Amino acid sequence: MTALRSRRRHGYIALGLTAVAALTLAGCAEGGDEGGDSGSVEGETVEIAGGITGSEAENLQKTFEQFEEDTGITVNYTGDKGFEGNIVTKVAGGSAPDIAIVPQPGLFRSLVETGEVKEGTAEVEANVDEYWSSIWKDTGSVDGTFYAAPMLANLKGYVWYSPKSFAEWGVEPATTWDELITLTDTIREKTGEPPWCAGFFSEAASGWPGTDWVEDLVLRQAGPDVYDSWAAGDTPFTDPDIEAAFDSVGEILLNPDYVNAGFGDVKSINSTAFGDPIAAAVANGTCALTHQASFLTANFLTAKTADGATPEVGPDGDVYAFLLPGPEAGELAVEGGGELVTAFSDDAATQQVLEFMSTPEFADARVKLGGAISANTGADPTLASSEFLTEAMKIVQDSNTVFRFDASDLMPATVGSGSFWRGMVDWIDGKPTPQVLSDIQAGYQD
Amino acid sequence: MSQTTTSAADQAQGTPPPERGGRKPPSRRTTRLVVTIGLILIAALIVFLLLSPPNPDARPVSLGFSYNSFFQWIGNMGPIVQIPIILVIFAAVVGILLVLIEYAPRAGRGYFWLRLISCFAIPFLAFMMLRPYQGAVIYVIAIALIAGGLLFWADYRASQGAGYLYQLTLFMAPAAIAILVGLVYPSIATIIQSFFDKTGENFVGLENYVWAFTNPQGFWSIINTLIWAIFAPVFATVVGLAYAAFMERARGERLLKLLVFMPFAIAPVSISLIWKFVYDYRQGEQIGTLNAIVVAFGGQPVPWLDIWPLVNTFCLLFAFVWAQTGFAMVVLSAAMKAVPVEQLEAAQLDGTSAWQRFINVTVPGIRTSIIVVLTTVTIAALKLYDIVAVMTGGRANSTVLGFEMVNQQQRFQSYGHSAALAVLIFVFVTPLIIYNVLQLRKQREVR
Amino acid sequence: MTAVDSKTTPQNTKAEARRIARETRRNEALAHKRLTSPLATIFAVAIAFLWTIPTLGLLITSFRPGADSATSGWWTVFTNPDFTLGNYQDALTSGGTALTLGESFLNSLAITIPVTIFALAVASLAAYAFAWMDFKGRGFLFVAVFALQIVPIQMALVPLLSLFSRGLEIGDVQIFPGLEMREVDHSFATVWIAHVIFAMPLAIFLLHNFISEIPSDVIEAARVDGAGHGQIFFRIILPLATPALASFAILEFIWVWNDLLVATIFAPTTSLPMTQTLNSLSGTWGNQWFLVSAGAFLVLFVPIIVFLALQRFFVRGLMAGATKG
Repeated sequence: MTALRSRRRHGYIALGLTAVAALTLAGCAEGGDEGGDSGSVEGETVEIAGGITGSEAENLQKTFEQFEEDTGITVNYTGDKGFEGNIVTKVAGGSAPDIAIVPQPGLFRSLVETGEVKEGTAEVEANVDEYWSSIWKDTGSVDGTFYAAPMLANLKGYVWYSPKSFAEWGVEPATTWDELITLTDTIREKTGEPPWCAGFFSEAASGWPGTDWVEDLVLRQAGPDVYDSWAAGDTPFTDPDIEAAFDSVGEILLNPDYVNAGFGDVKSINSTAFGDPIAAAVANGTCALTHQASFLTANFLTAKTADGATPEVGPDGDVYAFLLPGPEAGELAVEGGGELVTAFSDDAATQQVLEFMSTPEFADARVKLGGAISANTGADPTLASSEFLTEAMKIVQDSNTVFRFDASDLMPATVGSGSFWRGMVDWIDGKPTPQVLSDIQAGYQD
Repeated sequence: MSQTTTSAADQAQGTPPPERGGRKPPSRRTTRLVVTIGLILIAALIVFLLLSPPNPDARPVSLGFSYNSFFQWIGNMGPIVQIPIILVIFAAVVGILLVLIEYAPRAGRGYFWLRLISCFAIPFLAFMMLRPYQGAVIYVIAIALIAGGLLFWADYRASQGAGYLYQLTLFMAPAAIAILVGLVYPSIATIIQSFFDKTGENFVGLENYVWAFTNPQGFWSIINTLIWAIFAPVFATVVGLAYAAFMERARGERLLKLLVFMPFAIAPVSISLIWKFVYDYRQGEQIGTLNAIVVAFGGQPVPWLDIWPLVNTFCLLFAFVWAQTGFAMVVLSAAMKAVPVEQLEAAQLDGTSAWQRFINVTVPGIRTSIIVVLTTVTIAALKLYDIVAVMTGGRANSTVLGFEMVNQQQRFQSYGHSAALAVLIFVFVTPLIIYNVLQLRKQREVR
Repeated sequence: MTAVDSKTTPQNTKAEARRIARETRRNEALAHKRLTSPLATIFAVAIAFLWTIPTLGLLITSFRPGADSATSGWWTVFTNPDFTLGNYQDALTSGGTALTLGESFLNSLAITIPVTIFALAVASLAAYAFAWMDFKGRGFLFVAVFALQIVPIQMALVPLLSLFSRGLEIGDVQIFPGLEMREVDHSFATVWIAHVIFAMPLAIFLLHNFISEIPSDVIEAARVDGAGHGQIFFRIILPLATPALASFAILEFIWVWNDLLVATIFAPTTSLPMTQTLNSLSGTWGNQWFLVSAGAFLVLFVPIIVFLALQRFFVRGLMAGATKG
């Protein structure tokens, strides 16, 4: 019994001791970290994340050099190939970067829905009002609240060709859809090979180059109003207008006489990567025509012509591009895209960076480094690295241009980067068009 | 979160009668009663915490040092400098743990105090280093002390004698905390999530599972995952085993080992590029090894990754097997070396052929290792994501559950769907778990 | 059970362990003395050849100008060689991130080495308890740990990341305010913790398999000598299981070294490992992929060295004849 009592006493003593120790130790609350020099941003670091990688990322980082010197802010850009998926995880986990460069309006909207995105500041908004057309501002806004300024732009809907070969064959770039088909037939007669090449392979995002084809045709054939209502989900994929666009694309892409130059039959479109192999085929002459956005210039930098030289991009050079024509010749409604500079932090340094990124100075600095264009109307298009990009930049800056964002990027992800991409792949694989259309539409229910 | 200690205490109840005589076994009922009361107390404290009013200007409270300050201190050094520092600190912590494990359970007054103080001090320190906010400090300290007290009490009254449960807890605690925080909690959350819709707000019952089986991608991903789970481990193990056996009797073992091991050491990022140059399909001049061979023999280039059924899946599967064989080979070759030479020699004297010796002596001798390899590769195959993502993007019905799961989660933010697919992956692994449990039982019986 | 001299000390147990190691080595030597067979050599070389071809293709590609590799097969170098080190130069000095491949090399080391050792230590402690300590629910718990191997990492990322950055709240009270690592130069804490957590199930499963196969009489003998669990673990299990630990160290090292997902999610920008910089070497539009071919071998370098260094441990240092079916 005594043993028991002493044991109990031990227990009490121990408890008492620890409690006293605990209370004395636990008394020290930490001071807040609001101190120091608010107002000065010297020495602050701003983290930017995005899906831009490789040399484009280096150029983006270089764009901030002058700004860093002037302000003392360090800007760290990190490119990540899996950015679209990882940013969702990071935001959900409460570990977002200060700024994310989001390439798709749809993804941007779902990030805003998390409630983590900071509203655009008055300075940035003023810049956007001044230097961009309203469609850009609308894209960076959700429910009338402005969040994000655009960064760079790209222009879709180009048909790449070789001016030298065209001169050889005595043909001209087409100005109407019918001319384009005639042009295709002519080249086929001259060469005996399919003139067009296409590549839909883009790893987990395979199929997206196909959506650009369809979007271009909807925009050119059915017009901007139908395009808008389709992008908003009001016009279903099963609508005759959309089906007509698919049929037009099919005239080229599903025709074994027209595709897939240098790669095989129609089905090889799915296994051909969208960038390098296509650029290589256009550069060395095995492929006469391909449909791709303005970024393809980047792939031509490392391609080679048949005689082993780097292809020259220009109206009389080795490669150049004309806009995919509509049913009638004349002014074209064009489709393009751009990144949205999304902020997750509102400290002073981040706000300064955001403001800088919405100025013409930023656009000029980046455009000068090559391979990029901006829709910022204060920027100088002649700074672009090639004649082609200068032309493209003038188009996106022109207030008379009917400009539309990539529809698949505007749709909810389950369609725009889900069933639509998958549908294009299935369609090339031979699934009948009506079936494909209803499958894509079903993505809205997921 | 930190109920590890007490749950371990729970399990220690009703162990076999004490080995050592001398002390009268304490009443188990009292022990159980006290532990139950303690657990109820902890639960009550958590409920209090839930109900406590928010305090907007509360600040973190710390002992002047915390995990946060430690990580900040070490994080400000160069990457290479951090390695020795963190290792020395870690070694010290593990050293203290082992010293406690060794000495604290001993009988005697000093050891009794050592146990008592460490039972209270360790949880207290661990909790305080989290820097709880002012409103929570008292509760956190109370929870830590009650948990420590419970452990001490349950340990003191345990039928194996004082100190046994204490040791067990120290052995298990680091791993247990890691697993509970980082794996158990997310998996429970995932299971719950699989019964809710995309937003995670509305309960939808089995709808996500119905979706998984009825949408075309879901259906093919299930079929393909089964193919992967059956063939990949078998191929990798058979080739690894054969290679290990040949290698043992071949010249230049070291180089041969390195060559087959290398694919296992290559980053998945690069694996896709490697296989791009194997399966590439085009007309004209080939850059893909496989089609170059086909064309050299006068054939037409074959679109390997587009031929469905089976061909594309097996092409992807081979890329995976290629990488996993290295793993199988090193583990099995190590196991083979442990097969007693006497047995092989005895079999040789009986006049058996090399093949019979291999099947009747070597394979039974390395059975456990074969099971380990099969299990590990099967689980890797079930979780597979990257090979499918970078090589086909799931086209031509080559998709697998892991790929669809990541897609649903990251691209569409359809958390219900991705959770249901994750649970399906888990269901697929159940037979493997059951098999391993049976093996474990057998092994224990032998011992 | 062998009869044990009751006066043996821990010293004797150590000698016992050494004797076992000696016997194992002798066994191995005997095994090596067995005749090599030419047929086996042919088969082994054939498989090795088949397994090496894909890698060889990439190795040759990494030394060719990028544009060549895009249009002609890698085997054409044998007929018209055109070698350059340009890809390696560019890969080392360029990067799509705040770091270059060369800079992130140190980060890879600082992530991988500690993680491998943490995981080994924590898992072997638990594996020992599972193998040699009796407690109620042991079998069930072990199976539960084993089953957790299947938890897809992608599912655990958000909860864990949220714990690190937002901390833990019960009701409206912060129990844990999270780690504030934004201002830190090179913080690896979150990556270390995440990796160790994800390694646990497999590590415990594999190590338990080895540790539980150590003959029980060795352990019994030590126990009779009065060694506690701490001593048994430190003086008997660790030396006897060194080969198993080394094998697992190699595997874990390679898994962590090659990991991309965990590092991308948990590591701050300045602490990103080589895999992340390697992955962003190629351009946004898939151009410059040939830099990745060079980067792949720069990243492969360290795992191969680790393998060669620890290879001699790839032998089960277990008692001769101790294997059980």
